[in-house]
Amino acid sequence: MAMLHIVNKSPFEKVTFDSCLGHASAGDSILMIEDAAVGAIDGTAFADKLKAAMADKSIYVLAGDLTARGLSEDRIIDGIKTVDYAGFVDLTADNETTQSWL
Amino acid sequence: MKYTVMINEGPYQHQSSDTALQFVRAALEKGHEIFRVFFYHDGVNNGTRLSVPPADDRLLQKEWSELGIKHGLDLVICIAAAQRRGLMDESEAKRQGLDADNIIEGFRISGLGQLIEGGIQSDRTIVFGD
Repeated sequence: MAMLHIVNKSPFEKVTFDSCLGHASAGDSILMIEDAAVGAIDGTAFADKLKAAMADKSIYVLAGDLTARGLSEDRIIDGIKTVDYAGFVDLTADNETTQSWL
Repeated sequence: MKYTVMINEGPYQHQSSDTALQFVRAALEKGHEIFRVFFYHDGVNNGTRLSVPPADDRLLQKEWSELGIKHGLDLVICIAAAQRRGLMDESEAKRQGLDADNIIEGFRISGLGQLIEGGIQSDRTIVFGD
């Protein structure tokens, strides 16, 4: 039963993103929204943790929240998919359950 | 697919009420049903009609109200959270002996049971908050 994990806090500020990575199962999806969007950037202290999670999980970032923070899509880790709000809705429909890591 | 959306954050706290509003709009555009939107904790502040922000500022309370009326959404404010924060409808203000109410059109005040029922009746429950 695949779960969508929604993270909205920066991994450089709160531990919720780390908690999410520790609990998410293989085959789950993780969507970064709001301040969590900064976690998608490559070359940071957090990037390796996220790359390791990508071995068996799908990672997404809400494109609008990335650009709202002055971050362009060419700076994100290879393999992370950008979605708009319609894509966000699709992710909640495609996964049987959703966990918001507030 | 049938959705219940829970919002735990007020309009001037951070970004979650904005996110939830855009999520609900996108879900409706895709033809999904929004069974209920439940406003809890500081999220109840999305339901006041007395906010007067600067003219160039967004007014989420009005946007929720208009979206709710347009699509016939069930926008529910938790009564205990609302009482703590001074959010009243006419009957509740009267019951408490207060001289005014401030709930915006399209919202209603009810109990936490509405959230539980939303979770049971819907295919998905999505939580937004800080």
